Amino acid sequence: MRTISYLDAIKEAMREEMERDGNVIQLGEDIGLHGGAFGVTRGLFQQFGCERIIDTPIAEGTIVSCAIGAAITGLRPVAELMFIDFSTLAMDQICNQAAKMRYMLGGQVQIPMVIRFPEGSGYKGTAAQHSQCLEAWYAHVPGLKVVLPSNPYNAKGLFKAAVRDNNPVIFIEQKTLYGMKGQVPDGDYTVSIGKSQVAREGRDVTVVTYAYMTKVALELAEKLAAENISLEVIDLLTVKPLDIEPVVESVKKTGRLVVAHEACKTCGVGAEVSALVNELAFEYLDAPIQRIGARDVPIPFNYPEERAAIVNESEIREAVLRIR
Amino acid sequence: MDYTKQQLLVFYREMQRIRQFEEAAIVLWDANMIKGSIHPYLGQEAIAAGVCQALQEDDYIVSTHRGHGHCLAKGAGPGSMMAELLGKTTGCCRGRGGSMHIADVGTRNLGANGLVAGGLGFGVGAALTSKLKKLGYVTVAFFGEGATGEGMFHESLNMAAIWKLPIVFVCENNRYSVSTDCNYSVPVADVSERAKAYGIPGVTADGNDMHAVYETAGEYIKRARNGEGPALIEYKTYRWEGHYHGEPQVYRTKEEVEEWKKACPILRYEKVLTQDYKISVDELNEIKQAAVREMEEAVVFAKDSPDPVPGTVFDYVYAD
Repeated sequence: MRTISYLDAIKEAMREEMERDGNVIQLGEDIGLHGGAFGVTRGLFQQFGCERIIDTPIAEGTIVSCAIGAAITGLRPVAELMFIDFSTLAMDQICNQAAKMRYMLGGQVQIPMVIRFPEGSGYKGTAAQHSQCLEAWYAHVPGLKVVLPSNPYNAKGLFKAAVRDNNPVIFIEQKTLYGMKGQVPDGDYTVSIGKSQVAREGRDVTVVTYAYMTKVALELAEKLAAENISLEVIDLLTVKPLDIEPVVESVKKTGRLVVAHEACKTCGVGAEVSALVNELAFEYLDAPIQRIGARDVPIPFNYPEERAAIVNESEIREAVLRIR
Repeated sequence: MDYTKQQLLVFYREMQRIRQFEEAAIVLWDANMIKGSIHPYLGQEAIAAGVCQALQEDDYIVSTHRGHGHCLAKGAGPGSMMAELLGKTTGCCRGRGGSMHIADVGTRNLGANGLVAGGLGFGVGAALTSKLKKLGYVTVAFFGEGATGEGMFHESLNMAAIWKLPIVFVCENNRYSVSTDCNYSVPVADVSERAKAYGIPGVTADGNDMHAVYETAGEYIKRARNGEGPALIEYKTYRWEGHYHGEPQVYRTKEEVEEWKKACPILRYEKVLTQDYKISVDELNEIKQAAVREMEEAVVFAKDSPDPVPGTVFDYVYAD
């Protein structure tokens, strides 16, 4: 099978979906000739033209709002916001409007749209306003779906599923994964939204994670295997709606759980996973759940402090060793 | 402009329908049958009626929290609207939205909105669909003068202008945003002056003059339909009720309200019809009484409709 990057996998999904369905359009700042801040849409403008790859003014709220109006009236828009941090400017439109409109209107409309942006630190010192991981905010709002691909294969499949979904889907990419290479099939396939996956089978400790931390957890599992510790790694892929069943099944087997994410620990997705496992599988737990997340500080610009703020592999390792 | 007698009577009927709907809704609210705020459209009837008469069936509107008038004028049935106010299953939003989120997508009304200026971008999006798919329809986005202080107002006009979209922005300047006088919150004499910032036409007209509303709306809707891009129309009017029905209104005098009630768009139009067009008072009264009866029937329908049951609370969170 071919090996392509996470970024190219998303771009390929975009190209195939736009070829398949003439109603798919994209809106965003600098997504046309420039190809987007990270180059995800680069080349699509030349193929699909300015009526389907639409450059917008800097206006995050109205990019999303315009996409809502277009979605209700028959298009399937994909709105790019440059960084998840900038989605704060579109919060009314994402959380009050897109998420609630179908419900408030008693099912009169559906809103088939994708809102996509990258998140995360560790990319060229982007500091406090370009490095956050805010998926838990969106997971808290009924009416939204929130997905975070962790490798090129599921990035392509999840993007296609998001475009075909009849609901607003928050598609969160990882800046530090754009260059990640992986096997991706040529042509059409989807990865289901709302399904978590066992990314690596194991018997001693379950590690539940998603997005960039899936890569970290899988690398750790490889190292620990050499030390005769077997990790089962579960990649959530979708954090809303959360598919807890594979997590519960895994905990029944291992009796030990570490939850790790790059986002701040306080009120993060890990808190929800931990609470659900306590509710659904408490009697299977042989040790306290270990919850790993970033410190409650803004992300600093300088490298040493940035490293101190965010989660690293050794922290997950220590958590595993504490409870194994 | 020349009007047929039929047109004149339709204009009058549409204003009376809104007036009678609102009067009936207020009676229900006072009887504690509406469990939430209502923002009555009283005093502004000529704007919704005039603008919607200038629209075609397939044209879209986006509305505001003061949205009953727009909804009715665009074609929603008063029974399903009244049922919505009472939170009934037969409501146009199945009782999910209530007054503040009233919408009837079947008649191309994308709905009222709980956020001021919150729907302006939907209008831009609906207009984008029309342009990209060459569907030929126009979108009208209604909002109040208070919305012009929101970022969404600027962003939406800017985006619509650069893409030359078929949309008309209709500002109903009813002088107050909750308690705040527009002479305090808006630094220009006319909201329409703000159109200059986007290189689009801006015009101010008397929002209590039925024909002035119909003619200005018609002109800029036609212009938008011809591919010449958006426009900003400001209609000066006055909100008779408080921000919501029952609001104490400490910020204005009763005399001020009474003075404006003399400029009632319906009274004014009755004078025009009887004096300039020689239509009889009896004929107008018949239309008014028909509107009263229509709203009485709507109230009966709404009261007789079933309440939702708790078991449906999960319906329509997501589409399949």
